[in-house]
Amino acid sequence: MGKHVLVIEDEPNIIEAISFILSRDGWAVDTHSNGHDAVDVVRAKAPDLVILDVMLPGKSGYDILSELREDARTHDLPVLMLTARGQTKDRELAERIGASRFMTKPFSNAEVLEALRELVPQ
Amino acid sequence: MGALNVLIAVCLTYVAMLFVVAFMAERAALRGRTTWLRSPLVYTLSLSIYCTAWTFYGAVGNAARSGMEFVTIYIGPTLVMLGWWWGLRKLVRVGRTQRITSIADLISSRYGKSPLLAVFVTMIAVIGTTPYIALQLQSVTLSFASFARIDPQAVQLADSDATALWVAAGLALFTVLFGTRNLDANERHHGVVMAIALEAVVKLFALVAVGVFVVWGLGGGVSETLARIDASDIGTWQVDNGRWTALILLSAAAFLTLPRMFQVLVVENEDENHLRTASWAFPTYLMIMSLFVVPIAVVGLDVMPEGANPDQFVLTVPLSQGQQSLAMLSFLGGFSSATSMVIVAAIALSTMVSNHIVMPIWLKIAKGGAVISGDVRSVVLVSRRFSIAGVLALGYAYYRFSGGGAALTSIGLISFAGVAQFLPALMGGIFWRGSNHTGALAGMLVGFLIWAYSLLLPSFGPGVFLPAGLLEHGPFGIGWLKPQALFGIEGIDPVVHTVLWSMSLNTGAFVLFSILSFPQPMERLQGAQFVNVFQHSGNPQGWSGGLAQAEDLMVMAQRILGPDEAQALFQRAAVEQGLGGYLPDPTPDFLQKLERELSGSVGAATAHAMVSQIMGRATVSVEDLLAVADETAQMMEYSSQLEAKSAELTRTARQLRAANEKLTQISLQKDAFLSQISHELRTPMTSIRAFSEILRDGDDLDQGLLAKYSDIIHQEAIRLTRLLDDLLDLSVLENGQVSLNIREGSLQDLINQALASTGAENSGLRIRRIGISDDIVMETDLDRLAQVFINLIANAQKYCDAQDPELTIRVIERDNYLIVDFVDNGSGIPAQAQDMVFEKFSRVSDHKAAGGAGLGLAICREIMLRLGGAIAYLPGQGGAAFRVSLPAKLKLAAQ
Repeated sequence: MGKHVLVIEDEPNIIEAISFILSRDGWAVDTHSNGHDAVDVVRAKAPDLVILDVMLPGKSGYDILSELREDARTHDLPVLMLTARGQTKDRELAERIGASRFMTKPFSNAEVLEALRELVPQ
Repeated sequence: MGALNVLIAVCLTYVAMLFVVAFMAERAALRGRTTWLRSPLVYTLSLSIYCTAWTFYGAVGNAARSGMEFVTIYIGPTLVMLGWWWGLRKLVRVGRTQRITSIADLISSRYGKSPLLAVFVTMIAVIGTTPYIALQLQSVTLSFASFARIDPQAVQLADSDATALWVAAGLALFTVLFGTRNLDANERHHGVVMAIALEAVVKLFALVAVGVFVVWGLGGGVSETLARIDASDIGTWQVDNGRWTALILLSAAAFLTLPRMFQVLVVENEDENHLRTASWAFPTYLMIMSLFVVPIAVVGLDVMPEGANPDQFVLTVPLSQGQQSLAMLSFLGGFSSATSMVIVAAIALSTMVSNHIVMPIWLKIAKGGAVISGDVRSVVLVSRRFSIAGVLALGYAYYRFSGGGAALTSIGLISFAGVAQFLPALMGGIFWRGSNHTGALAGMLVGFLIWAYSLLLPSFGPGVFLPAGLLEHGPFGIGWLKPQALFGIEGIDPVVHTVLWSMSLNTGAFVLFSILSFPQPMERLQGAQFVNVFQHSGNPQGWSGGLAQAEDLMVMAQRILGPDEAQALFQRAAVEQGLGGYLPDPTPDFLQKLERELSGSVGAATAHAMVSQIMGRATVSVEDLLAVADETAQMMEYSSQLEAKSAELTRTARQLRAANEKLTQISLQKDAFLSQISHELRTPMTSIRAFSEILRDGDDLDQGLLAKYSDIIHQEAIRLTRLLDDLLDLSVLENGQVSLNIREGSLQDLINQALASTGAENSGLRIRRIGISDDIVMETDLDRLAQVFINLIANAQKYCDAQDPELTIRVIERDNYLIVDFVDNGSGIPAQAQDMVFEKFSRVSDHKAAGGAGLGLAICREIMLRLGGAIAYLPGQGGAAFRVSLPAKLKLAAQ
């Protein structure tokens, strides 16, 4: 069994695509599609890595990341942020909060996989 | 070349020299090198404008006619200077602490800043001084004529009227040039003072030179001359005690109240300690001036032919002896006496006329117009210049009118008696706190009327202003109202008569009305400041020591003068003190300079109060605060005019701020919009790219996944296309570039067509139709209206969350409107979101599956706007409800 990744994303088609790509690469994939209880889900599932969308219903990806960084259990958890808002200030905000990586949509599948391997050595 | 031509050349040269002296003094003052300008000697010499052409020529004439009486004119001022030194000091102190600009200013300030008093004093001063100026013109004209008589070529040139006109014009020019070069807050004129000090020397020297020539050249030495005097009528002349007393009183009063004397004594005074020197030096000057009067008169009467005008002896005696150069010097002496008086009188009067008459009128007229400080300055200067020209024109007119015949002395005394009417109000003002505005006005009015009636008007001769019969028998035959024998007192000298009645009734009315009436609060405050000036003002000779914070001073100065000017001022002072940087030691010199600079902006009293506070001196007194309040009141007048301007600026600023806010908001909206578009475009693109990469890389994909992923790519491509279509549609609608295709059509058909194209009825949404009859025909862009309907129906399809979804389409015909409501039975739109639903990208739910980008309702709103109708959210209907309304003019009911 490969490493465990949790995808927090609300667009069904994108969830489908990411799940397929990661599973094919040998990751154990879990998904979650709203912001409200995303933090609880992360704590409960304790993944090796999280892929986090910014614009989520209920709570923004930035807020979720902040809460994760404040918690000692998830303080060092690798988080790859994905967003369709690709402005510089979004990237800066994400890095300040503590995103391990930041990628804009649309992304290249190969690059996502490469980034994940760097964040979580197999 | 004739003697007259030489004389004119000498005159012009002399005037040119005065110009140079005045100019250099102004330059020195500008550069701050005023030490020699500030010498007590210059002050003393400037006081000598008391000795006008009247004194220079007229004293000898007076002596020839009335013996020693001329001395009274010198005794009055001498007594004042020697015996009343402390009183003068008080007057000067009041003038300095209150920043008094003229005698009219002093009297009006003392009595509650009364504009009425200021105007009244100004008018008396102008009326009283006009004869005096005429007198100077007359004496210059006469002395020209004396020269002309011995110059046969020039007899016809000696047109006395023309001479007087030229002299008047020349003096006006000189006065304008040096009296109004700039506006000094303290009304000081260094150049003019220097020039008249020089003239004082010239006239003294000239008179002494003639005297020496007469005594030693003609009289045969001192003892010979004394013997001649004893033998003459002058030696045996009876002294009229009443007239002597009246004249001494009159000259003492005039010394204080003549506008020109007030100007040099008080306004131009640089340092009240100068009075100490002047108190002995000026009487000495007067003594020397009078020393040779009697010898010249006696010898003149001997050597000159019978009937020669003794008023010209100073000039004609040397001329008759062939002493052309001495006569020339004598002429210059007389010329100096006349010009210095006229120049200072014109400056003093023009200050009054301009400050108290012209400017108030101008400010009233210009109210509401654009008044800025620069304008006011230039208006003041122009008004000063015209006032000067006006004063000299009046003098010239009086000269022409009175025929230039009266003896110099009598014209002079008329003026003295006129301005002496200020004395009770002036003295009461600085010594008696109980005196007030009503008293001052009553006293001066009574005194002025008596003076005009009993002395001024009769002086023109019977039949000019007052008919001969009135002079002879009194008005309407009432004997005790005869101008020159009021209240039945006959047979005394007219001047004595006028002085007696005008001064006693003036003083009486002043005291009586002051006691009977109550002063205004402002008057009481001013009264206290004037009468107790020594307690209040401290030492006006500047600041002594004190540990002032130079930095605090700078902070204050920056606030008032502006940073640039204040920093320059401080830096300059620091450099002068040999220090670097911006903070000079707060020496008394520097503090005084700073106070002067500040007073230009905030007024003298405020500046003084501010500096004292920072200096940590004795606390600011109540009087200081009163002075501040007072200045504030004066500034209010100007500021009310600035206020109008300022209100306008505020309005403009508000509009600009509003416009700016709007632009900022629009810019934020634009950013948000772009960010939204980016997001909406990137989301489908993400799926397309991810799945197309999967299809490209994955040769091991099974058929089911292959079909599914291809379908997603296809759907997302359609979503992307629809989004782009919507965006373009919205853009066209918003820009108003849309072209409408107006056609006639049935509403029922249109609704059915919309329902069909959404496939609503087959998707589980039940449709209820209310009021849709087949006879409603509209004329509008049917395709666009259908687009709105489709959008609303599709929204109900997507968002209606009821178990058994139902959409009610209700048509209502109102007077002017056709209304179509779309109401579903879902949970509706929360109240706080209802305002937002028509904005771009404002999806109420995060229901992305619905597939829209949040542009639908925004497009509907734009379409309805173009069609002349409206779309609105209709609250309180149970579910989501939208009301589309169209104006009736687009509707044709097919009856």
